[in-house]
Amino acid sequence: MLSNYVPILIFLVVASLLGCLLLFVGRVLAPNRPDEAKLSPYECGFEAFEDSRMKFDVRYYLVAILFIIFDLEIAFLFPWAIVLEEIGVFGFWAMMLFLAILVVGFVYEWMKGALEWE
Amino acid sequence: MEWLTEVWFSTPQWFQVTAYSLIKIVAIMLPLILAVAYYTFAERKIIGYMQIRIGPNRVGPRGWLQPIADVVKLMFKEALIPAKANRFLFLLAPVLTLTPALAAWAVIPFSDHLVLADIDASLLYVLALTSMGVYGVIIAGWASNSKYAFLGAMRSAAQIVAYEIAMGFALVGVLMAAGSLNFGDIINGQQGGIHQWYVWPLFPLFLVYFISGVAETNRAPFDVAEGESEIVAGFHVEYSGMNFAVFFLAEYANMILISTLTAVMFLGGWHPVFEFAPFTWIPPLAWLLGKIVFVAFFFLWFRATFPRYRYDQIMRLGWKVFIPVTLVWIAVIGICTFHTPIGHWFH
Repeated sequence: MLSNYVPILIFLVVASLLGCLLLFVGRVLAPNRPDEAKLSPYECGFEAFEDSRMKFDVRYYLVAILFIIFDLEIAFLFPWAIVLEEIGVFGFWAMMLFLAILVVGFVYEWMKGALEWE
Repeated sequence: MEWLTEVWFSTPQWFQVTAYSLIKIVAIMLPLILAVAYYTFAERKIIGYMQIRIGPNRVGPRGWLQPIADVVKLMFKEALIPAKANRFLFLLAPVLTLTPALAAWAVIPFSDHLVLADIDASLLYVLALTSMGVYGVIIAGWASNSKYAFLGAMRSAAQIVAYEIAMGFALVGVLMAAGSLNFGDIINGQQGGIHQWYVWPLFPLFLVYFISGVAETNRAPFDVAEGESEIVAGFHVEYSGMNFAVFFLAEYANMILISTLTAVMFLGGWHPVFEFAPFTWIPPLAWLLGKIVFVAFFFLWFRATFPRYRYDQIMRLGWKVFIPVTLVWIAVIGICTFHTPIGHWFH
């Protein structure tokens, strides 16, 4: 069975090699005449001011935290959905209970305004 | 000729397997890259006609060589690496974006036996690989060390993860209907004509999946990440020449991938619309390609039709509409399966 995955491994290698090859082709064929103005970060013609690695909105973190919870949830749901026929009614309602608990957290986040962007 | 076959069979088995896989990989990748090239051409032509223009028509007969000319142009453009950028990450990002966009095709079945790797967990593999795309975006935005790129990457990443959840939940619905992670099984569960396709019982999930797919690939109307009127090009603003071309290739390969997955999971894959002649005369591969083109057309149609969403609207749609809809529909599928006589509709 595991041998079925060998072509995938080869595909991953070939795909990343193709990416590298394309970058390399660009290196070889294209001219390379850098100067200071070209190499400065693009800011609509202004001289770059401040550091570009600036503070950003905490909401992005909130979204990322929520994402981890829900993504894990999906990882749980995948095997559950496949064997649903075998585990039957009990298995279904057990997962619904689990989902309901998760939804309570989701509703709390919603009410707290973590999902508002203005 | 005999001499060749003799040499071939005298080689070790791992070599034969590798060489055989390589041939098949090239047979998938070459048409895919050509499809990407002509998808960009189709985009410019179709949007052109939708805006009552004729689109590119100068290079070659009726403009048919336009994508080739575009590639050649990009090859000879200077590929800059900004002075303050982190060089290694800056070059890693495009490769990291392209690799999953191409490698996901390893498990796509093109007809009953035409698949490179017929693995049991093909859907899981595709979900895992498409999730990798966000790394390319984040790394590109961070490594560029430019404000626009950084803002674009932040927006794009938050948007991609939000819609990925809706997408994952929609896939759970497909799994409940099909009972398998294998694409071949999912497609064969939809055999028997258009009324058997999962698009009908899972219609809300179909809409959520496809619209999330548009958002995942950062396409209009969800393209705030590269909203050209405010942050120029978003995370790839500092990329030029071939560095940019790799991002471009990945974006369009991802669009075709989403179209293919939609066709495979909701529109019956390679099965004909009706299970009788003359529809069964058309080969399975042609049916699949036809469905892919049909779905891919919507990407272009959306771009020509809808104005760009505001960022707060995008996040609201993802978190407050799509996720609740998918959760409710998963419950509906389960309740109908176990507690109502119409359960077979969903399988």
